Amino acid sequence: MEFETVIGLEVHAQMLTDTKIFCGCSTKFGGAPNSHTCPVCLGMPGVLPVLNKKVVEFAMKMALATNCEINKSCEFARKNYFYPDLPKGYQISQYAYPLAEHGHILLDVNGEQTKIGITRIHMEEDAGKLMHDEHNPSSYVDLNRTGVPLIEIVSEPDMRSSEEAADYLKRLHEILVYLEICDGNMEEGSFRCDANVSIRPKGQKEFGTRAELKNMNSFRNVQRALEYEIKRQQYLVENGGTVIQETRLWDDAQGATNSMRSKEEAHDYRYFPDPDLVPILVDETWVEKIRKELPELPLTKRERFIKDYQIPAYDAGVLTADKALANYYEEVVKLCAKPKAASNWVMGDVLKFLNEEKRDIRQCPITAKSLADMIRLIEEGTISGKMAKEIVEDMYKTGKSPQTIIEEKGLVQITDEGELIKTITSIIEANPGQLADYRGGKEKLFGFFVGQAMKATKGKANPQLVNELLKKMLA
Amino acid sequence: MELHQLTIHELQEKIKSGDVSATQITQSVFSRIDTVEERVHAYIRLLKEEAMAAAAKADESIKKGDIKPLTGIPIALKDIVCTKGITTTCGSHILHNFVPPYNATAVEKLRAAGAVFVGKTNMDEFAMGSSTETSYFGPTRNPWDLERIPGGSSGGSAAAVAAEECIASIGSDTGGSIRQPAALCGIVGMKPTYGRVSRFGLIAFASSLDQIGPFTKDVEDCAIMMNVLAGYDPKESTSVSAEVPDYRQFAGRDIKGWKIGIPKEYFIEGIDTEVNAAIKKAIAVIEQSGGQCVEISLPHTQYCLAVYYIIAPAEACSNLARYDGVRYGLRATDVRDLLDMYKKTRMQGFGAEVKRRIMIGTYALSAGYYDAYYKKASQVRALIKRDFEEAFKNCDVILTPTTPTPAFKIGEKTDDPLQMYLSDIFTISTNLAGIPGISVPCGFTSGGLPIGMQFLASHFEEGKLIQIASAYEKNAKIEKRRPKL
Repeated sequence: MEFETVIGLEVHAQMLTDTKIFCGCSTKFGGAPNSHTCPVCLGMPGVLPVLNKKVVEFAMKMALATNCEINKSCEFARKNYFYPDLPKGYQISQYAYPLAEHGHILLDVNGEQTKIGITRIHMEEDAGKLMHDEHNPSSYVDLNRTGVPLIEIVSEPDMRSSEEAADYLKRLHEILVYLEICDGNMEEGSFRCDANVSIRPKGQKEFGTRAELKNMNSFRNVQRALEYEIKRQQYLVENGGTVIQETRLWDDAQGATNSMRSKEEAHDYRYFPDPDLVPILVDETWVEKIRKELPELPLTKRERFIKDYQIPAYDAGVLTADKALANYYEEVVKLCAKPKAASNWVMGDVLKFLNEEKRDIRQCPITAKSLADMIRLIEEGTISGKMAKEIVEDMYKTGKSPQTIIEEKGLVQITDEGELIKTITSIIEANPGQLADYRGGKEKLFGFFVGQAMKATKGKANPQLVNELLKKMLA
Repeated sequence: MELHQLTIHELQEKIKSGDVSATQITQSVFSRIDTVEERVHAYIRLLKEEAMAAAAKADESIKKGDIKPLTGIPIALKDIVCTKGITTTCGSHILHNFVPPYNATAVEKLRAAGAVFVGKTNMDEFAMGSSTETSYFGPTRNPWDLERIPGGSSGGSAAAVAAEECIASIGSDTGGSIRQPAALCGIVGMKPTYGRVSRFGLIAFASSLDQIGPFTKDVEDCAIMMNVLAGYDPKESTSVSAEVPDYRQFAGRDIKGWKIGIPKEYFIEGIDTEVNAAIKKAIAVIEQSGGQCVEISLPHTQYCLAVYYIIAPAEACSNLARYDGVRYGLRATDVRDLLDMYKKTRMQGFGAEVKRRIMIGTYALSAGYYDAYYKKASQVRALIKRDFEEAFKNCDVILTPTTPTPAFKIGEKTDDPLQMYLSDIFTISTNLAGIPGISVPCGFTSGGLPIGMQFLASHFEEGKLIQIASAYEKNAKIEKRRPKL
């Protein structure tokens, strides 16, 4: 039987506000346990939450960037459950009336655009963290993270493969980081993903029973977990079993998902509107103000790069994956006016150096101006492409401008015809046999003479000029 | 007259004229406490040392001519408002050792106004009760008859004022917890409009209903306390930034031409005949004072109790989830695991009434029941609110009895929660509608128990309540009695 996979994702993204969602405590990651807390986020008796408006504005940005409709009125609700990392015994979240609904983003898979629906985006507070003592039967509670603002982005069950799911995640991640509302750090938990996955016989309309996957802390793990889970469900069904509704945890080391709790064991969260908070009213003026603050989004930028700079879609994709990288690239282009050459240098050498050292473009020692200067120097014939390869490496290592490196190393290309003719003449004189063979039809030997000329000039000869002169002088 | 017998405004005169010092007043109150507290048990905790120090400081200010509205006035606080560095129990075992690192906004305001805090008063556990019998620290007794309850849940605050163990106090009112004990103890008690007095630092019972308000010996004192307590608080999202008038200016104004609504649904069978007679007499006084009494209807009155006993427990079960033994308060020892710790802590920490309401609330919010209970109750609540909006189109204030009966005997209703719940039948609708209400004394039964009358007004019309209550107080000429203790 042929199966179709159905995947829906729930993404939790931590908002980059300075303070927590309902109190004035810092949202900084790390810090001594419980140092970023106050009576409000500790859930002490009698304290009350006051909404951080910045969180609403950040969430609105994401809603607009994903084509959602922002509800004119939304409200917070309490999600009730007991756990030591949840000081109030309930999480303030949104339930019946979320901030935004009915959005979508476009995926570009193998040149084909797919629309993935966004069911809703809502705001909520994060819980704290438990630390378990390996030597003692006790656990410690750190509430620094309690009350850190999150948005949850729930997709429609629109994805049909693990690749598509991974792609969707990458696009969401990219948008969040572009909007500068989330740092996107998956290891620190700033960007988390749960997946609902089911299979159904191809052609069947009804959804199969789904499993919810948790605990996947990288794009790769999301894809691996989904692949494992799809295979597991297929194997089950093909062998006469049935998939049950349950929550499963991904085990990275084991490379498998394991049952955490069944539907029967699921919590009844007893959601109800939080009486300590008032409904949030969002008017058109507010939405327009936020809309004006939106930066150019990755997809738009990608299309613009392809059109304006005439670079391949692949290049545009790589260059716009990171907003800072895109800005860097654009700066280089502005200064040298060679978009394709700039793209090659940025994607080839610059990114290679950075990746080797796991740095990002913000930490790149080569300024956009230096790179642009170097591209111009090649264009003007001052240095050869080959020389540039060496120079750019020095630029990365030292942070010096190409001009300085060229000067220090005496690397200027020899473009003086008289000097090159002298050199070539002596090479021809020193190699009469090769000359005779070449003239006798062994055209391959042309390369030999080029090599000799470059060797004699220590690679500084302008290769084009050498070629031209050799063609004349060997004839 | 001894100093502890006087009102805020009387003491203010004496302080201003230099006749008495804050220290003398505070001493007088504590000597009264020494005499009667053992019998009344209005307090969970007395703050004598702190009070004497505060009084000495007040005297320094007085010398400098810096006299604020409550400078040197001994005030008692219901043990539901958080006091920085002072144990705040909410009448519960589960918080028996809880010391808040912050003050409630109401406490801050009273302190800034110069008040001297006498102590923390007894209450029904988590304000759940109408008799102060559910307190972990034992019941408070009615100063007018020590065999009887003072009402609740703010029974300690009401009894402390009635027994002259403080000059005024604050309580909280979720379904009548200020007005009902004020009526049963023969004093004035006001529940302000929801959002008028900050709830920050008020330990939550039912967040959409809770409101802090004053207990005083007369209406003018009520106005003085409201001047201090009312106002917007940025720490509370449901706080309202409406302008706060000088409530004192309403005291003494007449009510000529006012229409007073008498809701027919409130004069039901089961009202004590003496209460009924006292109210009838009060209505006559109001009419002699220039008010015109008109019958009005609040058609959804019959649903108030049912709606309240869904909404309040639903909010409460969530509000009380934080008492889990993890961070503060009681934690059960000898536990096997996390679940066992939760279970034992809450089993040992909460009393029967609190557990009952947590269970009712949990049930009402459960999957499959939410629509039938919580949602339906919220819808009916909107209708109850509309009843009042309609009614206030045709009258300035509404007059009702505060309670169906005078104070009942200790233990009389503890085994019958439904009977207990009925003692709040006239006060609950106010909280559901979010409007203000005041209870004022309107006489005594033949047995010498106080009877209270309630006035209700539209949102933020506390001024009207002060005005009519003071007009009634002036014209009714209720004989001044003091409980024999």
